[in-house]
Amino acid sequence: MTALPVQAAAAAPEAAPFPLVPPEYPILTFEGGDHALTDQLLAPLHGVGVVWWTLLALSGAGATLFLFCIWYTFAKGIGTWGNNIPVAWAFAITDFVWWIGIGHAGTFISAFLLLLNQRWRASINRIAEAMTIFALVNAALFPVLHLGRPWFFYWLIPYPATMGVWPNFKSALPWDVAAVATYFTVSLLFWYVGLVPDLATARDHLTSRVARRVYGIVALGWRGSSTQWRQHRVAYVLLAAIATPLVISVHSVVSLDFSIAQVPGWHSTIFPPYFVVGAIYSGFAMVLLLVLPLRRAYRLEQVITERHLDAMAKLTLVMGLMLAYAYAVEAFVSWYSGDPSERFMYLVERPFGTYAILYWIMMACNILTPQLFWWKRCRTSVPVLLGAGVAILVGMWLERFIIIVTSLHREFLASSWHFYKPTWVDLGLLGGSIALFVFLFLLFVRFVPFVAISEMKQLRHDLVANGGREIGLPDA
Amino acid sequence: MRDGRWPAGAYAAEFADERQFAGAVAALRDQGYTKIETYTPYPVARVDEVLSERPSVLPPLVFFAGIAGAAVGYWIQWFTNAVSYPLDIGGRPAHAAPAFFIPTFEATVLAASLAAFFGLFALLRLPRPWHPIFEADGFELASIDRYWIAIDATDSRSDRSMMRRALEELGPLRVVDVPGDG
Repeated sequence: MTALPVQAAAAAPEAAPFPLVPPEYPILTFEGGDHALTDQLLAPLHGVGVVWWTLLALSGAGATLFLFCIWYTFAKGIGTWGNNIPVAWAFAITDFVWWIGIGHAGTFISAFLLLLNQRWRASINRIAEAMTIFALVNAALFPVLHLGRPWFFYWLIPYPATMGVWPNFKSALPWDVAAVATYFTVSLLFWYVGLVPDLATARDHLTSRVARRVYGIVALGWRGSSTQWRQHRVAYVLLAAIATPLVISVHSVVSLDFSIAQVPGWHSTIFPPYFVVGAIYSGFAMVLLLVLPLRRAYRLEQVITERHLDAMAKLTLVMGLMLAYAYAVEAFVSWYSGDPSERFMYLVERPFGTYAILYWIMMACNILTPQLFWWKRCRTSVPVLLGAGVAILVGMWLERFIIIVTSLHREFLASSWHFYKPTWVDLGLLGGSIALFVFLFLLFVRFVPFVAISEMKQLRHDLVANGGREIGLPDA
Repeated sequence: MRDGRWPAGAYAAEFADERQFAGAVAALRDQGYTKIETYTPYPVARVDEVLSERPSVLPPLVFFAGIAGAAVGYWIQWFTNAVSYPLDIGGRPAHAAPAFFIPTFEATVLAASLAAFFGLFALLRLPRPWHPIFEADGFELASIDRYWIAIDATDSRSDRSMMRRALEELGPLRVVDVPGDG
């Protein structure tokens, strides 16, 4: 939204604190009442069709492959993977960083946009939060699998052991454990607090006795009293305020795994903001891939309007531009540092070396794709958004692969240079984790109200009370 | 909590329109009723203004929980790495505040959000799967598209028959007797 003072005077003469132009697309075009809205948003809880079962079977098969690869890794050891010294980190850490980055958009949409009073978030925040949780489930698995002896993962937790030793908190790895565990817990609490009123709606809307019992238990006896709503809103905003710095911190901490090392291509102060931007960027791409099919399947065009597509595309563009800036600064600083190893890594090895083809695919996916969103028609076109989402996710996975593998396979000593290639177990774990993610998301759609129903009702009534205009809407 | 206990039961009225409902709450308030509670599918700001209470205790609770989390988080690192089992790695100080900052931050966030979560449900006395208001016929629509008002029968403003009449005069869809839980 650009601010044009002349138009704004005509549009909102009454009490706008600063000039505003009405947004181009309406935030909500649903024409029915609250009951019809509830019916539509709870439709999957009453039953699902053949497509859902087919997708569940397919993703279930993929998730089984994931379990098989995990079992194989445990049984045979880490040697079944392609990584070996000097490329000690490869697919597993790439997958870890990729998944945890995807999670970031969920918290961004639910917490940042709540604090900034972006009320369009209500249509998609629940989907994005679920995405965060399922992405974090995958993310948390990979470092554990990568430990070599994963059954000793609890050694990373400071508990009083008979051995008398403790984790070394000057290492980045316990930081990771703290950051990821906290992020997962806070995301889950935030999600559940927002969900309780909608679970109560599901309890009251469903007809089967068993379903009413189950939703009655998980809704904790919510009755929507004014006291409950008031405290609920306070807690929700508090959690948002807590989650906002958290989301910035998590990928910053992940980036420190790299930047506190001295490996060329890792040792850079721009890493924390650069990683956070890339994380939110890839997360938006995943939100697009989840929201658009769901919007189509459940005919949610009146709830998830062109406004949402447009806003998501604009945010994707902003993140893409910030990422392009980070790439440029990285390359410049490597040259400016005068360090031959850094210069070689950024200016020779990555663009023209072993994995150059992946580097250029990454550049095309991450830098060129979002430029489409300068055009309004692209911002609201479902095929373009889906294509861009896939391209960005591919690009962001490649980015982490390039950071990790190109840097390690050409370390300081030329005698230890090495060529890395993944094994079928590496590929099975990556593909299987995607399948597990889809599987969990399908279960979420079937059993959990996937749009924040009470927030949508509040938004609808606020819009009606405000004469359908978005300017001057009260805070959520 | 205004509907924590209803030893003598309550009267509840159902409304279909938000504006009419908000007007009814204000009218009851003007008549001097104090033990009023409302049930709505979403927070209704106008009712909040009428039924305003003391500020929530959650913000200070969360703040102090965050401080406590930071203290415990830092203490764990200081005790484990600087006191119990100091590791000398290249002569770096065992008590390394800059390195300890990150887990301290995470501990702050974790404690604060756990306090917000458990504090919320403790304040609301949830989980409580059954409440007398659930016995009111048609109450299941209170989470979908209806607005309910309940007056505790022990409200000192008037006797029970007057309470019922006061609700009926506001033009609700129905008025229901709610059994007590005492």
